[in-house]
Amino acid sequence: MSDRARLVPRRRVPPWARFVARRLAAGLVVVWGTLTVTFFALHLAPGDIVDGLIGPGAAATPALRDQVIAENGLDDPLLVQYGRQLAQLASGGLGWSYQLNEPIERLLGSQLGPTVELAVSALITALVLAVLAATLTAGRGRVVRGAAGLAELLMVSMPSFWLGIILLTVFSYRLHALPSIGADGPAALVLPTLALALPLAGVLAQVIRQELESADGRPFVLTARSRGLGATAVLLRHTLRHALLPLTTLAGFVLGSLFGGAVLVENIFTRPGLGRVLANAVGSRDLPVVSALVVISSAAFVLINTLVDVLHPLIDPRLREGGTA
Amino acid sequence: MTTTKTKTKTTTAEATAGDTGASVPGPLVRMEGLRVSFPGAPRPAVDGVSLAIGPGECVALVGESGSGKSVTSRSLIGLAGARARVSARTLEVAGADAAGFGERQWRAVRGRRIAMVFQDALTALDPLRTVGAEIAEAARLGGTAGPDTAARVVELLTAVGVPEPEARRTQYPHQLSGGLRQRALIASALAADAPLLIADEPTTALDAIVQAQILALLGRLKDEGRGLLLVSHDLAVVAQVADRVLVLRRGEVVESGPAGRVLSAPEHPYTRMLLDAVPSGRPPARPAQAAPGAPDAGEAAPLLSGRGLVKSFAPGGPRALDEVGFTLRAGEALGVVGESGSGKTTLARIAMGLTRPDAGEVLLRGRPWSALPERRRRAERSAIRFVQQDPYASADPRFTVARIIGEALPGLRRGERARRCAELLDQVGLSADLLARRPHQLSGGQRQRVAIARALAGRPQVLVCDEPVSALDVSVQAQVLELLDRLRRERGIALLFITHDLAVVRQVADRVLIMRGGSVVEEGETERIFKAPAHPYTRALLDAVLRLPGADGADGTGGAHRAGGAHGTDVTGREDPEQDTEHVAGQDGEHVTKGER
Amino acid sequence: MSTVTALLDRPAAATARRGALLRSPARLAPLVLLAAVALVLVFPGMFATHAPEATDVAAALRPPGAAHWLGTDQLGRDVWSRLVHGTRLSLLIAVGATLIGVGGGALLGLVAGCGGQRVDFALMRVVDVLLGFPELLLALVVVALLGGGTVNVAIAIGTAGVPHYARLVRGQARLVLRSEYVEAARVLGVPAWRSVLRHVLPNVGGPLVVLASIGLGSAIISGSGLSVLGLGPVPPEADWGSMVADGKDFLQTAWWISIAPGLAVSVVVVCTTLIGRSLQLRAVR
Repeated sequence: MSDRARLVPRRRVPPWARFVARRLAAGLVVVWGTLTVTFFALHLAPGDIVDGLIGPGAAATPALRDQVIAENGLDDPLLVQYGRQLAQLASGGLGWSYQLNEPIERLLGSQLGPTVELAVSALITALVLAVLAATLTAGRGRVVRGAAGLAELLMVSMPSFWLGIILLTVFSYRLHALPSIGADGPAALVLPTLALALPLAGVLAQVIRQELESADGRPFVLTARSRGLGATAVLLRHTLRHALLPLTTLAGFVLGSLFGGAVLVENIFTRPGLGRVLANAVGSRDLPVVSALVVISSAAFVLINTLVDVLHPLIDPRLREGGTA
Repeated sequence: MTTTKTKTKTTTAEATAGDTGASVPGPLVRMEGLRVSFPGAPRPAVDGVSLAIGPGECVALVGESGSGKSVTSRSLIGLAGARARVSARTLEVAGADAAGFGERQWRAVRGRRIAMVFQDALTALDPLRTVGAEIAEAARLGGTAGPDTAARVVELLTAVGVPEPEARRTQYPHQLSGGLRQRALIASALAADAPLLIADEPTTALDAIVQAQILALLGRLKDEGRGLLLVSHDLAVVAQVADRVLVLRRGEVVESGPAGRVLSAPEHPYTRMLLDAVPSGRPPARPAQAAPGAPDAGEAAPLLSGRGLVKSFAPGGPRALDEVGFTLRAGEALGVVGESGSGKTTLARIAMGLTRPDAGEVLLRGRPWSALPERRRRAERSAIRFVQQDPYASADPRFTVARIIGEALPGLRRGERARRCAELLDQVGLSADLLARRPHQLSGGQRQRVAIARALAGRPQVLVCDEPVSALDVSVQAQVLELLDRLRRERGIALLFITHDLAVVRQVADRVLIMRGGSVVEEGETERIFKAPAHPYTRALLDAVLRLPGADGADGTGGAHRAGGAHGTDVTGREDPEQDTEHVAGQDGEHVTKGER
Repeated sequence: MSTVTALLDRPAAATARRGALLRSPARLAPLVLLAAVALVLVFPGMFATHAPEATDVAAALRPPGAAHWLGTDQLGRDVWSRLVHGTRLSLLIAVGATLIGVGGGALLGLVAGCGGQRVDFALMRVVDVLLGFPELLLALVVVALLGGGTVNVAIAIGTAGVPHYARLVRGQARLVLRSEYVEAARVLGVPAWRSVLRHVLPNVGGPLVVLASIGLGSAIISGSGLSVLGLGPVPPEADWGSMVADGKDFLQTAWWISIAPGLAVSVVVVCTTLIGRSLQLRAVR
């Protein structure tokens, strides 16, 4: 990749802009690849495509079948259909759900908000918890670290749906402190956020703590301490930055675990959102909705990773200037 | 750590902090009977070390890995490690009793009273911060930053001979050359004007020419009245600046005294062994003639030869190798010398048929070699074998010694193979008991011997050795070099010996090839090159070789004085920091003019 | 799985200090517990106190007690006995999925890692795209295409794990192939295919076993997750996840129906994770 870039004649485009453009182009290829794979998987999968599009949930009357065939141009050659789907996507259309009798973009648009709200609040919670836990326990005595390790292990090993059920049982049904279902107001967000954030916090805390501890043995820390810098200052000024760096490479994983977790958490807490839509669509085999979600999720992944790639050199000077040194 | 104690200690520390170190009549630090142990270790890491350092004095701690030299030096600033148990009869830092120091008092000492310089500035400076930020941090902690911190940073960078300090200040460690980085690290250590500087292997990561310059800088700091504790494995480095030397072995001082005496008339056998092991640049005692059975060197057809070799790793990029040729005759030892980036390793890999040259050809026994497809080359591989730099990396960690060597003995039956393995181990001076061990159960020297035994398995005519001793402790280095030399003498195996170390090459090679920036700058008989170098770069390299006092060919004062005028010369334009070391000798001219004078 | 691979992907983090959690009793306990679980799996009859399908409406929604150790569900079925009998399905799905993931991943990874540059490029782009998806989403897509049920859930989770294993194997293979000891072998005249057998496979196998043993835990979580969504085994067959789903609507009155199987999942996952980690530490040393 970089070799080829060097061969391209230089224009007066700032390097970072070229970098971003290249990343976005690569990302577009990924989204296109995803779309292609889902398209052909859908059309070449065993079973009649007409039934697949309609799904078992809607009554496949002959009239509806004819309508589906006509609307989707299923009599056209596959490649023509494929081209049409690309064009449709380019203009922002995601298709039609026959089961819900609704254009998919509208369906997803209405459900996007609650999921983003949940994911963002869970992400922030997880980061705060993880950084706190890691900085407070890194390099401490065996007892503290052992306890922290155990807590992290439990967080990581607990399925989020189970965590959600425990939270529901304790806080909603026993203590009646927080609402159990719905998405109205901040109170309804607390329990789902925790159910989603705690397992993630467990993973992140492990990573940060290990990074902190390994950074602690590095020469520049010794140098900083030999200047008379105190342990807390070393942590804040030097090691924490190093420990947070690798988190950027986990961005894709974090996004995935948030969305994957949301599917279950939204289900347990009967919250509206994309996760519920997906679970329902899979359950009723509403393939147009599933493939639309796949494409959207790959676009989100590409966006996040591009963002990370752009931010990474800003945090780590070693990655600037096209990787010299 | 009790609080009452902490408070009283702070006052003592602060009371003494008012004086400037130079005017204190007593020593800057004094320790007696230092003992450092780590829980779980069978014996203490340091046991009974005593030393004192005064202003303008340089004390050197010398030892091989695991001798406890670094732990000793770190105990002086309370950084021996969280788990270390430190005790001493006397531990005085800047006139205060440091035995009961808590973290707070130590922090008052660090940087202000005692500053530290570590080995590799690339890792010893925070890679995420500019060198200016690092130096400023040190200045601020030391209270010397003043109203204009940036100006103070520039002042410090200037003091250690960094050119264009304004520009360097805003750069990151990885953007600077090795020499400049190390200077910046030293600048950060000087920021709080500590009267005592601890330098822990300060030049080990550097090329020879830059190493001499950094040592000269340290020497100057000493002359300005700073105390210096130099920690090093390298006696030649120590000889340049040290006034007194302590030789450590397994945490104990085996010998100590004035540097001149210890280095010229060592009393303890271990010191003598270390000194003998320093590749001193002495000419070989043996006659440099071909081994028995080998054809007369003068007439023989070349065993391995290359001509017009070109290699670049990026299309259109810089050439790692540019029109290089060489000839190795049977039984001969050819040394290839160069600093990092000179292309010497690329040459070795092309000779081994591991890298394909872009142009040019290597011939083995007069027949095509580098041009062969791997399949046909395989049949002839037993004639030419490779000894790599890191014997740990070059052995499959899951394999036993028997399997490692056995891999070179295909087609033998089990019993026969075991017998051959034992025989090969014997040839490299190892016992057959080691056959069942795995690499991590061997010492560094044993590993490299196993690698050599493996190389001998096919009864090769050529051994290509790529820095075969640079990963080893000094005393082990000498033994491995001796082994290679013996193999050459007794069995007529030709050596293509790649190294950065001129002193090593003088012991081993009949002829030498000096490489720089991908080209051969000089070639000739070893003794001729050492006595009458023709090319300025060769002269610069030779000047940078650190010698022990009294060693052959040196004038007793060592190389540092000659390099002494070279402060701040590892300077180049900003545009290409990686090439610095190469510009140094050629373009800056300090060394070159010295040599021509 | 993704939780775990995220950690394993980064060897620096994975090679944390040995110890901390893994003093020897901690190393032994998960083995003993898993052995017990295996016993339950093979001989459920020995441990169950009731028939798992036996309904008793009169005894519905009883809290845990002497007659029913973990209480009863809405149909009066004994939760403990259902848990015992659900072990087999839960673990079979996880083990099957892991085998599919490891097998597919190892094949893909080896071909990419040891094959030519173009093969590697093509395969790894596909893997990269797949890695872009949340694992659960990938599994859900497969379920959407194939339909639910025990076997399909195992296939779905296994498929979703393939890219993770493939990347590990490919990375390791590359690492070993570029190592100095494989170079040393080449210099000795050892052909490339033999180096793959002799050096690459054994050196890839270790990390793969480690990842698989930890991945088993994630497969259990994913499997039960799909069951919670109602996509798993078809009733009356039940694994732990579908038991959680069954009890979900009765949390207010009968928390034990869902909590007990969830606890079982967590315990098994903790065990496999611990075992995986101690294997990992041993490999690192």
